Amino acid sequence: MRKISIDKLYVLFSSIAESSKLYIPVDTKAGAKFEEWESGKTLSNALNTVRSTKDFFFPQTENLMDFKVEGKNIEIIDTRSESEDFVIFGVRACDVKSFEVLDRVFLSEPVDSYYKNRREHGVIISVACIKPAETCFCGTFGIDAADPEGDVVCYKTDDALYMDAKTEKGKKLLDSVSCLTDEADTKACDEQKELIHERFSKLPLANLSADAFGSGKTSEFFDAPEWRELSQSCLGCGTCTFVCPTCQCYDIKDFNTGHGIRRFRCWDSCMYSEFTKMSAGQPRLTQLERFRQRFMHKLVYYPTNNDGLFSCVGCGRCLSKCPIQMNIVKVMKKLGGKENAAN
Amino acid sequence: MQEIKREILISKAAELLESGVVDRVLGWKAGEFDYDVTPAMFHNADELEKEFVWNDFCGANFSKYLVNETGKSENKVLVFLKPCDTYSFNQLLTEHRFDREKVYAVGVSCNGMLDVNKIKESAESIASISMETDKVMVDTLYDGKITFERKDVLSERCINCKSKKHVAYDELLGEDGDVVDSSRFDEVEKLEKMTPDERFAFWQKELSRCIRCNACRDVCPACTCEKCVFDNPNSGIENKAAANSFEEKMFHIIRAFHVAGRCTDCGECSRVCPQHIPLHLLNRKFIKDIDNFYGEYQAGSEVGSRAPIVNYTTEDLEPGEAVERGDGNA
Repeated sequence: MRKISIDKLYVLFSSIAESSKLYIPVDTKAGAKFEEWESGKTLSNALNTVRSTKDFFFPQTENLMDFKVEGKNIEIIDTRSESEDFVIFGVRACDVKSFEVLDRVFLSEPVDSYYKNRREHGVIISVACIKPAETCFCGTFGIDAADPEGDVVCYKTDDALYMDAKTEKGKKLLDSVSCLTDEADTKACDEQKELIHERFSKLPLANLSADAFGSGKTSEFFDAPEWRELSQSCLGCGTCTFVCPTCQCYDIKDFNTGHGIRRFRCWDSCMYSEFTKMSAGQPRLTQLERFRQRFMHKLVYYPTNNDGLFSCVGCGRCLSKCPIQMNIVKVMKKLGGKENAAN
Repeated sequence: MQEIKREILISKAAELLESGVVDRVLGWKAGEFDYDVTPAMFHNADELEKEFVWNDFCGANFSKYLVNETGKSENKVLVFLKPCDTYSFNQLLTEHRFDREKVYAVGVSCNGMLDVNKIKESAESIASISMETDKVMVDTLYDGKITFERKDVLSERCINCKSKKHVAYDELLGEDGDVVDSSRFDEVEKLEKMTPDERFAFWQKELSRCIRCNACRDVCPACTCEKCVFDNPNSGIENKAAANSFEEKMFHIIRAFHVAGRCTDCGECSRVCPQHIPLHLLNRKFIKDIDNFYGEYQAGSEVGSRAPIVNYTTEDLEPGEAVERGDGNA
């Protein structure tokens, strides 16, 4: 465990930023967001960022490749540009967990080389979550906000930042700034962990249970009559899917640029009417079916295919952003049977 | 705090259900916190008593829900409408988007709705919210109690409320008000005073945050096309394919043109934007220009009115004059 006094935080940032791009959460008029750090930019105190850290590895839009057609020859041009290491500071336990969810999709065969490339170049510095918002429920999915995963795990107290390397990448990063940091014991971190656990136990959603859901429960929930009521006022917009750290659906299209063909990828949303439209038509005709798809995916389908791992991390972004305030918590309480009856 | 109490709405709804005038009620349902309210359908007095809410966070405009809802049943649905909602209600009727006979509209007077995002700017972790006449008391998880003046956390559209008058209803709860002389065009005037470069930079900055979630379109009572061109994969401009930030801008500007003359300035677009883009300013610019060039016109103030831009008269000004009078900003 290393530590640095809090008034030297920006010296640390400056040192990290000398060798690679460093992103930190900063405050903006529209809430906190990750921005590349440069001298003068200060760390946000917001409880969470509006958008998640998924954007770093799975951007909303990207050009995959270009095709140049000359006569009967087609040249394929790899257009990816990311080849430099980057560091993200201040990732919460929920968002770090989302990488595991995304990894299982993008790094299983066939491997998504675009995602893999960014994952390999990214160094995650997580920070234990001292102030969970009222919308937080990561504990429901077994995530300990006091003990996040990450390449480097940090605890930020009033006077110091404590850092612990958990991976080779993390160790390398901490070694590179070792002249700025001192060896420290874990006392302050242990105290903070206790405080975090106490705070999480008092959150409004602390007792929310996912026990009713999980692997193999498709037939139990698919035809539940409650879907009608739950989905009835859904607008069909993509807000929940786009602020979600684990939603990973995308669409690929080819465009004629006038000089060739560009293959383009962008996020897609199961809430959209043309999502996964095929030549035979749209498989989910009404918003009820689209709505059900999203929550069944998070709570049943994904765990079924991924050793019981839920694909919700309880970050609460959809709770604060849904235009009609319908969200996974309401779905879990409605469908979650006796496990959630007391909440 | 709203003058009309929740109990009055519930007893009105229960009475109309009981007498068979309506068989379902479109209302607001309590959520996990004091501020999250979901539009929902209620079918009996029990459901109403248990889950119906009417408070300062009931901002959602129900008019658009009637397009689908009236298609589901031959029976009437009860809808509660705030004054601003009634303009959208009329505009949808003007466009023949739902059957008036299938709706029982109860107007509810409104003291303005609150914007929870404004509260969260100073009170990030909300444990509970309580109201007094002009005060909003927020109990937070970490910073103790914070008291706000109600006017400081009102929604933008309510600060600039254009009308306390209901322009459509079958029955009214509370006193009806008047059209308000609002200052809603002040922000537009600020934009008009900018140089074109400054204005371009302003919109560039605002619209660059867009994540194309389409919430603005999906909530908009003027956007009721059964198949939006941006949802049509064959159109070539499908929503998902925004190759660069210029396309994002075009989406919002095209949408503003599309609803010009029909937009009632209900403000739902800006309320739902997860990225806090002031989309209402685009629409207000159109409204201001229409007022300026063709005489004052408020969409939805009466059923069947023809918007100036779809109504030819011999007094219409020439396009060249419009550019001149608009200081080149037309």
